[in-house]
Amino acid sequence: MSTIAQEFSKGLLKENPTFRLLLGMCPTLAVSISAINGLGMGVSALFVLLCSNIVIAALRNLIPSKVRIPAYILIIATFVTIVDMVLNAFTPDLHKALGIFIPLIVVNCIILGRAEAFARKNNIVRSIIDALGMGIGFTLALTILGIIRELFGKGSIFGFGVMGTAFEPMGILATAPGAFITLGIMLGFVNFMFKRLRIE
Amino acid sequence: MERKLVVSSSPHLKSPDDIQSIMVDVLVALFPVALMAVFLFGYRALITMIIAMVVAMATEAIILRKGNFFGDGSAAVTGLLLAMTLPPAPPWWVVAIGSIVAIAIGKQIYGGLGNNIFNPALVGRAVLVVSWGTHIAGNVWLKPVPFGFTADMVTQASPLTTFNASLGDLFLGTVSGSLGETSALALIIGAVWLFYRGHIDWRIPGGFIGVVFLLGLISGGFSMGLYHVLAGGVLLGALFMATDMVTSPVTPAGKLIFGVGCGVVTMAIRLFGSLPEGVTFGILLMNGLAPLIDNLTLPKKFGEVKKINA
Repeated sequence: MSTIAQEFSKGLLKENPTFRLLLGMCPTLAVSISAINGLGMGVSALFVLLCSNIVIAALRNLIPSKVRIPAYILIIATFVTIVDMVLNAFTPDLHKALGIFIPLIVVNCIILGRAEAFARKNNIVRSIIDALGMGIGFTLALTILGIIRELFGKGSIFGFGVMGTAFEPMGILATAPGAFITLGIMLGFVNFMFKRLRIE
Repeated sequence: MERKLVVSSSPHLKSPDDIQSIMVDVLVALFPVALMAVFLFGYRALITMIIAMVVAMATEAIILRKGNFFGDGSAAVTGLLLAMTLPPAPPWWVVAIGSIVAIAIGKQIYGGLGNNIFNPALVGRAVLVVSWGTHIAGNVWLKPVPFGFTADMVTQASPLTTFNASLGDLFLGTVSGSLGETSALALIIGAVWLFYRGHIDWRIPGGFIGVVFLLGLISGGFSMGLYHVLAGGVLLGALFMATDMVTSPVTPAGKLIFGVGCGVVTMAIRLFGSLPEGVTFGILLMNGLAPLIDNLTLPKKFGEVKKINA
């Protein structure tokens, strides 16, 4: 059994859902167009992951294993609906920008994956730690990708212009091909750093 | 003592060609094209070509950590080919970024020359078109001034938008356009050298140009067919880009299919698409299909018996 600290840090580095496990690629590619979108998506997913991990860990001995996937989906969908309504009420702009990808958190592989691989086998405390690590790792990855794409694709960070007026943004980074190129280069960079620093 | 007998595994017959000699041949073939570009568009064309080549070679030297700046020559060819697809005088940083993208993302990320899926020069151009379309394909086409090495230039519409240039002008190259695409004459002279040296096969350019002519013929008669072949980047693409050894099929039948495919996509974009020119995306798309085409057109092995399907 690994310690609490290891359980938390694995989501940030060794098993970072985006850069190491390549889970949740669909929202990653779609919403990392700007830093604020990436952060909003990450925090929404973090909230859903945290709540669903708690509930699934609490009910782990009550859910029959044959119908566990529908049960997980139901639990996750509940929290996604809450996130959807809260974002719509308090941050309508962000809600509009994230669009369909908020409801799609229901079938996000990271959340289903943690439910299946972790929450159903561990107690509530460990599931909370796991959800926090994974969720923060996902949020960080999305925010980093969003910052890179926004900086070069639009010349700003979190909406503040930082590149000056002479800068002509590299439009391709704000499009779908730019998402793939940025993610690919980041994956290569992360792998390179892991090899260099011998993190295993 | 000189070794007379060499014991080695096959192949035993070796061609005198190596990568560098082929790349030098391509540079020689591009020389008339480059000369024509400077003749028509003046010192601006020269600057664009020099920036593209120097930045491409520098990027390659930095990534490979090699002191030899020229290396195998492939970076110089990529840089020059990229410049050929650009308008005469884009801002210097657009040319430089195009070269960096072409070498770093178009080639080295895949593992270097020989492993790249897409033609590096066209990857560079595609990124530039999507990112800074106004500098690459907007109101940028300089009206050519023969012998006007330092003349002031005015812009005019590309012949692919106006469709009013004469066929003679298109053949000589005295029309507006990208650096290397205007003069059919210079491109053909360069290509003859490559044919003579055996570096390109007739099937890719033949299929490409043939289909463009045929579809142009169907769309608007004989002179429209010729117009589609001579105007824009078809000749440059068919003779110098699509024939890239790394990114095109190796089987004879595959080469023909590849060329025909390039022509069909190019004409589909020209006739029905929103962009005036489709050569870049036509070749890039077929580059992606090249391994598949190779697989489907493998020649029969000697002695192979056709399988009987049960």
